[in-house]
Order: sequence, then C-alpha cells, then structure tokens
Amino acid sequence: MESKISVKNLDFFYGSNQALYDISLDIPEREVIAFIGPSGCGKSTFLRTLNRMNDTIASASVKGSVMMDGKNIYASGTDVVALRRRVGMVFQKSNPFPKSIFENVAYGIRINGIHSNKADLEERVERALKNAALWEEVKDRLNSSAFGLSGGQQQRLCIARALAVQPEVILMDEPASALDPIATQKIEELVVELKRDYTIVIVTHNMQQAARVSDRTAFFMLGKLVEFNPTQKMFTNPDEKLTEDYITGRFG
Amino acid sequence: MANTGTKGDKVFHAVVFAAALSIILIVAAVIAVMFQSAIPSMERFGIGFLFGREWKPAQEEFGALPFIFGTVTSSVIALILSIPVSLGIAIFLVEQAPKKLARPIAFMVELLAAIPSVVYGLWGIFVLAPLIREYIGPFLQTYVGFLPIFQGRITGIGMLTAGIILALMITPIITSVVRDVLEAVPHTQREAALALGATKWETTMIVLGNASSGIAGAVVLGLGRAVGETMAVTMVIGNSPQIVASLFEPANTIASLLAANFAEATDEMYLSALIEIGLVLFLVTFIINAFAKLLILSVASKTNAAKQG
Amino acid sequence: MSETATTFERKRRGINLLMTSLTAVCAVFTIAVLVAILGYIGVRGISSLSIEFLTDTPKPVGEGGGIGNSILGSAIMTLLAAFIGLPVGIAAGVYLAEFGKNWFGNTVRFVADTLIGVPSIIIGIFVYTLVVLPMGRQSGFAGGLALAIIMIPIVARTTEEMIGLVPHSMREGALALGAPQWRVTWNIVLPAAASGIATGAMLAIARVTGETAPLLFTALNSRFYNYYLDQPMSSLTVQIFNYATGPFEVEHAMAWAATLLLVTLILVINILVRFFTRKRF
Ligand SMILES: Nc1ncnc2c1ncn2[C@@H]1O[C@H](COP(=O)(O)OP(=O)(O)OP(=O)(O)O)[C@@H](O)[C@H]1O
Ligand SMILES: [Mg+2]
Repeated sequence: MESKISVKNLDFFYGSNQALYDISLDIPEREVIAFIGPSGCGKSTFLRTLNRMNDTIASASVKGSVMMDGKNIYASGTDVVALRRRVGMVFQKSNPFPKSIFENVAYGIRINGIHSNKADLEERVERALKNAALWEEVKDRLNSSAFGLSGGQQQRLCIARALAVQPEVILMDEPASALDPIATQKIEELVVELKRDYTIVIVTHNMQQAARVSDRTAFFMLGKLVEFNPTQKMFTNPDEKLTEDYITGRFG
Repeated sequence: MANTGTKGDKVFHAVVFAAALSIILIVAAVIAVMFQSAIPSMERFGIGFLFGREWKPAQEEFGALPFIFGTVTSSVIALILSIPVSLGIAIFLVEQAPKKLARPIAFMVELLAAIPSVVYGLWGIFVLAPLIREYIGPFLQTYVGFLPIFQGRITGIGMLTAGIILALMITPIITSVVRDVLEAVPHTQREAALALGATKWETTMIVLGNASSGIAGAVVLGLGRAVGETMAVTMVIGNSPQIVASLFEPANTIASLLAANFAEATDEMYLSALIEIGLVLFLVTFIINAFAKLLILSVASKTNAAKQG
Repeated sequence: MSETATTFERKRRGINLLMTSLTAVCAVFTIAVLVAILGYIGVRGISSLSIEFLTDTPKPVGEGGGIGNSILGSAIMTLLAAFIGLPVGIAAGVYLAEFGKNWFGNTVRFVADTLIGVPSIIIGIFVYTLVVLPMGRQSGFAGGLALAIIMIPIVARTTEEMIGLVPHSMREGALALGAPQWRVTWNIVLPAAASGIATGAMLAIARVTGETAPLLFTALNSRFYNYYLDQPMSSLTVQIFNYATGPFEVEHAMAWAATLLLVTLILVINILVRFFTRKRF
C-alpha cells in the first residue's frame, strides 16, 4: 500500500492554545478517508493542515511533519501555492465566486495556465462539470451567475471548480452539511465516483455517511487521534472503547 | 414608541424629533435660499449660463463653462492619481500587512484626512508648486512632452498642481471606504481562491471582484470630495477662467471661483450669478454623494445576504 | 509543455511579487507624504513661533505682529459652533438611534450623510445670504453659525453610532423596572454612550477648527482683538490663507507658524481620541 500523505507527530496551536496533539496517520492513495469526532475536536483544523490553509491564520503554528509523496510540506522553501493546487479543497458552505458558472470552473484552469487554448479550456470546464455530476443541470446556462444555483448545485459547482485544476488530493470539510437529503446523496455518490482518480479526505458529522463513502475512518477527540482503522472494522469492532461509545451513541 | 403615556416621553420625543427635522430643514433652506437668490441670473441667462465660455463680471457676462471644465478636469486628475494608490494602501492594509502594522499605518493615513484644506494649500504653494516647476514639469516635458496636456510654460501654479493636491486629499477617504469594503468580503472567498492554488495577488483580485460596487462607491465619494474642495485648490490653481489643454496652465474651479470672488461681489447680478453656480455645485455634490451612498449600501446588503447563506 | 509551464509560472510569481510589493510601496509613499507635510510645517513653523506672535495683533509688514486675535476669534467661533451644533446634533443622533427605524429616520440619515459631503463653501454662501446680507455686515456670529451647521450632521451620525453600541440588555433592564423611555435614554443610554459621543464631538470640533471656506465671507477677518459677535472676526485659518496668498516673505513665515499651531491642535485631538477609543471599545 502506497501512502499519499503521511503525518508524523503533528502538534497544532492557535496562539498558545493547542488544538491538535501528536497526530500521526497515513493516508493511502485513491481511498476515501473520513474524519469523525465531536464538534470542536480539531477535524477541520487537521484537515486544513494538509494543504496549509491554516497559514492564513496569523496566530497558527505547527510542529511535526506532513509528508506528501515523501516530501515534507512544512519544510522551509515549500511552494504553498503549488501545494494547494495539488491538494484541492471543498468547504462546508459553498463559496462560488461572483462570476458566471463557466468562469467559476475556468478560474483555476486559467490562473494555473493548464489549458492550451480556448477549446481546451471549454472542454476542461465541461469535463469538470460532468465529473461533478452537474453538467446536465447547467449546460444551458453556463454564462449565468453562479449565485442563481441551488445550494446543492452550488456545492457541486465548487467541487467542479476544485476538480478542474486536476488535484491529486481533495479535502472536503462537511461538504453536505448544509444540503437536503437528495443533494447529500448526490454528493456521496460523487465522492465514491471520484475515488477512482483522487485521494479524498472528508470530514463529516454523519456516521452513516462515513460508513457509506469511506474506506478508512479516523476518530478524533479533544485534539487527539483516538483511532484510525478501516471503516468496516471501525463500525463493527473498533479497538477503542471510546470509539464504540461515540459511534453507538451517534447511531442510536 | 412615543406613546407610552407619560408627558415626559412626549416632550422628549418632540425635542429630539425637532433636532432631527432641523437637518432636513437646513438642507431644504440651503436649496430654497440659494435658488431664490439665483433667480435673477437664471432668468437673465437661462441654460446658456452653463455653456458660456466668458466670465466678465464688469460687462455682466457670465458663462460657467470654464469653471465646470476646471472642476471636472482637476477632479479627474485627482481620481486618476488617487485610485491606484488608495486601492494599493487598502489592499496592503487588509490583505497583506500583519494587524500590528496595519493599525498604525491606517491611523496615519487617516491623519491625512484630518489636516485642514488651507494647510494643503499652503504646502501646495510653497512645496509642491516649486517641485513641479523645477522637477516634475520639466521631467514630464522631456519624456511625454509631445502630449498637448504637457506643453507650455510651467509656473508651478495650475491645473496639475491642483489635481495632485486633490489626489492627496481624497486618498485617505477612498482608502478608508475601500478598507471597510474589503474587510466585509467573506473570508471563504479568499480560501476558495487559495485552495485552487491562487497566488496572493490572484486571491486579491477575487476579493476585489467581490467588492467592486463598494469600490465604485468609494471612488464616487472621493469624486464628491474633489469636486467640492475649495481652499487648497483656490490657493494653487491660479484662478484663471480659461479652457486650455495644458495642465501646467492656470485654471479655475467652481468652488475656488466662489472663494476668491464672493466677498467682492456687490453687484446684484454678479452675486446672483455666483450663487447660481454655487447651486450647481451644491446639487452636483449632493447627487454624487447620494449615489456613492447607494453604491456602498448595496455592498452592505449584499454581504449580509452572503453571510446568511 | 513543461518548458512553457515554467515560464508561465515564473511570470505568475513575478506578477504576484511585483503587485504585492507595489501595494506596500503605496502605503510607504503615503506615509512619507504625511511625514513630509508635517515635517515641513514643523521646520518652517517653529522658527517664527514666540510669545509675541501668539499674543500680538497683526502689524504692518516688517513690524512683527502676531495672531493673538486670530486665535481668540477661532476659539470664540468654534465655541459658538459647539454651543449650537452639539446639542442639536446629539439630539438628532438620539432621535435616529432611539426612534429612527422608520422612513423619516432613514430620510434624515440620508440627508445628513449627503450634507456632510456638501462643500463647506456652500454653507458659507447660505449663511451669507441668510445672515450677513440682512445684518449688513460680516460677523463672528455668522461664522460660528456656519461652523455649527457643518457640525450638526457629523455629530448626529457619530452620536447615533455610539448609542448603537450600548448593549440592548442595559435598556431592557431599565425598562423592566418601569422607567419611561425618556428616562431610560437620559439616565442609562446617554451616560453609557457618553465617552463615545464626547469623542465624536471632539473630532467634529477639530474638523471645524480647520475650516476656512465657510468663514471667508461670513466672519471675514479683523485686525483687532474682537469679543463682539456682531463684528467681523479673525480666525487662524482665514489668517493663514491671507498670509499664504500674499506677496510678503515675513507673512509667509507667519502663515507657517500659525499652521504649526493649528495642525498641532488638530493632530493632538485626533491622537487623543484615538488613544481613548482604543482603550474603551
Ligand atoms: N481561527 C481559530 N483561532 C483560534 N482557535 C480556533 C480557530 N479555529 C478553531 N479554533 C479552535 O480549535 C479547536 C478545534 O476547532 P475545529 O474547527 O478544528 O473543530 P472541528 O472538529 O472542525 O469542529 P466542528 O465539528 O464543529 O466543525 C476548537 O476548540 C476551536 O475553538
Ligand atoms: Mg469543522
């Protein structure tokens, strides 16, 4: 098993408050990893250490290492911009740009100079929208504002936008928490689809969702990684008593 | 609200209501008084007043065009110079500088707005005008002197000097509104761009896209200030009502015409003509400011909507 | 492919570095201008400052003289403006904050904001036609009135803002005790907002102290110490304007010295206000 991302002894601080304690875990390539745990336990914080999104918080500091394809992304001299292109992210609340549907997806392609010409750009946008299972719904109004889409459609647009730059890893922070069951189901199907080409890390509060979509699950509590195991095992026969209590409590 | 019964409440409400009403009454009175005083001039010259090119009080010939031209040109120069700098500062303060540095810098920029107009004028006469005469003007003539706007004799007093002073004066105003507008852009927009591998500057462009109507509002507000600015302009523009291409030549604006001549206008028609042109200035700035406010308000309501989902 | 990709990347990073540095340059440049203006005022102004200068009245060119009467005139007119403008402005602000959530309040708010942006020379013309023409001469009263009109909308809007910062629970606490609305406002809300309102008032005073245009043909100028409000009155700003635009070297020097005094006063107010508000909110 090839591990895409390998985290070792990671501590994370907001100013003097420690939010993550000594996290070590390996994320294999082309799998879906779910992060679960009570609110405030540090799931989002941990997720955001994987593409160094926490760099935007002035008080944040990190100890330990995050290896991606064998290179520490926290090593000095790391190109954060290039890193984030390789590690895409989808946020809890959809955040389309105030641009047309087409331009939202085209944005990342343009700034990164991925396309060779206009036809190529259009093709890439179409492919991203198809991969995000949105194409059929928007193909006739690509030039209208992204704000005109429904919440679920906006979230899939954001996924398409992330896919368009061809990342290797996609981080998703509760991507379906603001959506209705049908939109949620679409996103879940999409995640399973995308696993063929991408490594996906998804934070969720929904145990069934974790069970349905993920290959492995990591359970966090109070900033510590309690257990990390194949999802199957985690939900039937966890190693830790804490995990069992949490999962049964949440399932009940 | 006022009818909770007690007499005290009624009196209290009446007093503060009267004070609030007084603001509307002041504006209404300004319009009424100026309109009334401007009637003789309006009846005599009609709409042609705005397009006449000659201003000869002794011959009772009053054409406002040179002053309108001067006001528009000096304000446009000010905007051209100020917009990039103001945006630059605001972006630096909101998107780049650490909080500890941003605060004192923002305060110092705001201090520029606290310096009185007459002080800018003084500085303009004795520092900026010589600088333009000795260095900036000759420099421009050497390199872009083929442009008609940079030809002619450089005295240091004229349109360009006024435009530069105005630019200095409106920069803190535009900066502070743009800052507020940028700060109101949801953080998620920046994260979305960064997560796609955008550079700092590319992310900033996304933020600016979000803030575009607010930035437009800030610029319009700056324009309003430039159009109405009086003392600093009157001290450096040369007060000569002419319409010429060269920015080194003296010119005049509506506000500085009023400042320089109102006290001497004893003749009724002269006074009426000055008040009419003042009324034009008043209405124009009123409309500009109202427009700016609408633009800025539209941002506030849009970002609120975005925050609510 | 990779060749073009790297040139593309290099260009991208280059633009990023260039533009982000340029924004810093804008900030540095603007601060440099501020320092240049203030520094020049300091250097030029300090050499002419003296006790005589601060207390004397103007004398014919070459015989010295000072700006004592202008200082007094500015003080009198600013006080008069505060005397009229602060009560009206604060009361209007109270209306906006406490009862202003209706179409009338919105109108007042809108008109006040636009009035703030109206060139102050227009206010000068207004007062000239309304007061100076009927009275037949310029006066300190007319000047003070023009300044008051400029203050009112500024004070009204800052007062409203400051009252808005008073927590709603404070109000409800008093109302729950059966206090009438006006008592709640008077005894609870205004005291809680007092420091903020005072701050706004100080800034408005600093602002009108620096006004010139509305005084030019309302208060005019005077060469003498004048305590009477119905007489033309000198002010620092008009005096600076006259000296600066005149032909004499010695008068230019006096303009710088008077400017040093004026700017110091205004900056001190601004810095103090900043210092106190930072602590409070
Ligand atoms: N920007 C920040 N500055 C300071 N502390 C923060 C910041 N963001 C999060 N925290 C703190 O760090 C801890 C972990 O927060 P985090 O958002 O990672 O939790 P989470 O597991 O994602 O919770 P949720 O399920 O509610 O999203 C919390 O105690 C939170 O208060
Ligand atoms: Mg979270």
